[in-house]
Amino acid sequence: MTALAHRPLGGRILTKPVFILGIFVLIGAYFIARRFLFGLGDVSHMSNGYPLGVWVAVDVVVGTAFGCGGYAMALLVYIFNRNTYHPLMRPALLGGVFGYTLAGLAVMIDLGRYWNAFNLLMPWYAQLNSVIFEVALCVMAYTTVLWIEFWPVFLERMPPAFKQRFNLEKLQAFLKRYMFVFIGLGVLLPTMHQSSLGSVLLVMGSKLSPLWYTAWLPLLYLISALTMGYSVVLLEATLVSRAFRLPSESALLAPLSRIVAGLLALFLVIRCGALLAGGHMDLAFAGDRSGNLFLIETALFLAPLFILASPTRRASQRLRFLAAICLLAAGSLYRINSYLMAVNPGNGWIYFPSAPELMITIGIVCLEILLYLLFIKTLPVLHGSANESHGRLS
Amino acid sequence: MNAINSDINLSRRKFLQGAAAGAVTAVAAPVAEATPFGPREPRQLPPKAVGMLYDSTLCVGCKACVSACKQANGMPVEQPAHLAAWGEGAWDMAEDISGQTLNVIRVYQDGNMEQKDREQDGYAFVKRHCLHCVDPSCISVCPVSAMQKDPETGIVSHNPDACIGCRYCVYGCPFNVPQYQFDDTFGRIAKCQFCNHLQKQGKLPACCDVCPTGASLFGLVTDLQAEAERRLAAKPGEMYAFARGKLGGDRPGHEAPLGEYQPHLYGEKESGGTQVRYLTGVPHEKLGLPKLPDYSYAAVSEGMQHTLYKGMIAPLALLGGLVFLARRGVKSHDDEDSSS
Repeated sequence: MTALAHRPLGGRILTKPVFILGIFVLIGAYFIARRFLFGLGDVSHMSNGYPLGVWVAVDVVVGTAFGCGGYAMALLVYIFNRNTYHPLMRPALLGGVFGYTLAGLAVMIDLGRYWNAFNLLMPWYAQLNSVIFEVALCVMAYTTVLWIEFWPVFLERMPPAFKQRFNLEKLQAFLKRYMFVFIGLGVLLPTMHQSSLGSVLLVMGSKLSPLWYTAWLPLLYLISALTMGYSVVLLEATLVSRAFRLPSESALLAPLSRIVAGLLALFLVIRCGALLAGGHMDLAFAGDRSGNLFLIETALFLAPLFILASPTRRASQRLRFLAAICLLAAGSLYRINSYLMAVNPGNGWIYFPSAPELMITIGIVCLEILLYLLFIKTLPVLHGSANESHGRLS
Repeated sequence: MNAINSDINLSRRKFLQGAAAGAVTAVAAPVAEATPFGPREPRQLPPKAVGMLYDSTLCVGCKACVSACKQANGMPVEQPAHLAAWGEGAWDMAEDISGQTLNVIRVYQDGNMEQKDREQDGYAFVKRHCLHCVDPSCISVCPVSAMQKDPETGIVSHNPDACIGCRYCVYGCPFNVPQYQFDDTFGRIAKCQFCNHLQKQGKLPACCDVCPTGASLFGLVTDLQAEAERRLAAKPGEMYAFARGKLGGDRPGHEAPLGEYQPHLYGEKESGGTQVRYLTGVPHEKLGLPKLPDYSYAAVSEGMQHTLYKGMIAPLALLGGLVFLARRGVKSHDDEDSSS
């Protein structure tokens, strides 16, 4: 059983990094409290020119892409039936659980009339033409699916007596038997809402720079979600194996990075093809903000493609790691650019996030890392650990 | 003069406007040609749609419409911090529409501002409020149907009890009209609803009701369109009988020489058409009225959604395939594990 090979890392929970992360979480919590007491304007620089700020662009649009590790791996392991990658599945899934759950938290902070949020679930308020409606429902459903997919991990850890008392063995058997339904849903839902995060921008029209505005936005967003998901897995596997002195998963990661290179090439071909077909390539060299952002972004996309295209470079852990970082930076920049920095509402509006606004975003990211560490230490998430390994990372 | 003091620096925006103009033509081409999906059918103007004709050459910048609007809609006086000392808190000095201001008069100024309604060395007024699009983006993006278009009058209204405050209407509106009240703990979306409540009592929208020159003129959109075309066809400088309040109403009008109009009737085709028409002496880009294609971006985005999610057939088929494959995957993994 593969499940037997998953074990908790153990080790101390309250370590120095945990305290440092905790401080940032508390600072974020303070500003979140202020937001609910005094309104959005008290903590953020959002305006009616830029009504969406870093909470949406970073915590939701980028955050869920980081959370796509679970999606990308499920596609590979279960749909394309590559069982060899199975050891990477649970850590990727856990990243997804927190990426999406905390994106949901960010949305609740961001909503201007959060007390009406349940209207999203009321059929008489449903607006089926709205892309955001679809994204909201899909993200809610997917977050639920992620927790269900992760439930076996909790169940494995529970003492048998406790399970017996609450009849949880039955639930465990049920989940095992029908997990394939949730896996199917867990691939469908991100396919829908990650592409829809691109469709949302179609309504922006001339407010969005033509370097980003294309009818191919949904497909580009989908591919970028997949590449970012795989990059997170590459990054996580390398970091965790080094920090906790686990055997390296190099034999798995090198072929995985080949898939990433393929997807990346596809992304760039569509992106640049659409620009050339539309005749907007000259805007990239206009020397203005949009043009320069586009060039930086494209360079960040080309670097990992260059690294991962060759088998010898792919085999190097260091270069793979570098490629994953470049790709995550490129994908994040692509998403932040298209939601914020390449948007021009006209009328002289400008936006730069305020410090409290950023502290909320940083607090949420720190909470994510904190919970991830807590979970891998106490739950059977990581695979094939050496018996007596003790944490060094935290 | 108050209006001039609450000016916006329009000359600084020349560059932006030019960029926006380039962007529109640039975006329009691929959307029409090389797209994976076609736009949804354009929406039609409701036959009894009501609207407004704003004639910039008639506007004297008195801002009676702004204060009447505030009174009619219970909105507070707005005082930008940098102007607070000037007005001593006595009166409203809104610079643009906002969470507290549904309608505002802005002024274009160039050079020595010698002559009204002239692009160079001149000045001109422009009114900002909701244009009540025929195919509104705000309605298309709203996830909870908080934005509604009246099927008869075509007025776009907002329901705060449904609204979740996601602000995608603010983000998506090509005219930047809906405004969220960021400074309020329990902020809501503010937008011109064409004094829906007054119209129900048989009254005119407050801005048209008080306008002394008929620069803001209420009426049926089809009538207003004909009136605008008449003004465009007549000779500049000729004496012309202008109506006040409501086109075809019983109020006395006034005679004045006809302004020298730009040939483009703004609002007729912009973004798939609107229920407001602008006649201006200065090119509309200079007045902060963005250049837009003759289709609504909402039709583009809905075209995509309707193709991908038609009858939910594609997602359901995909789900079926995925569940089948996942079942096979899980099963083969289990076999592998138990045999190894």
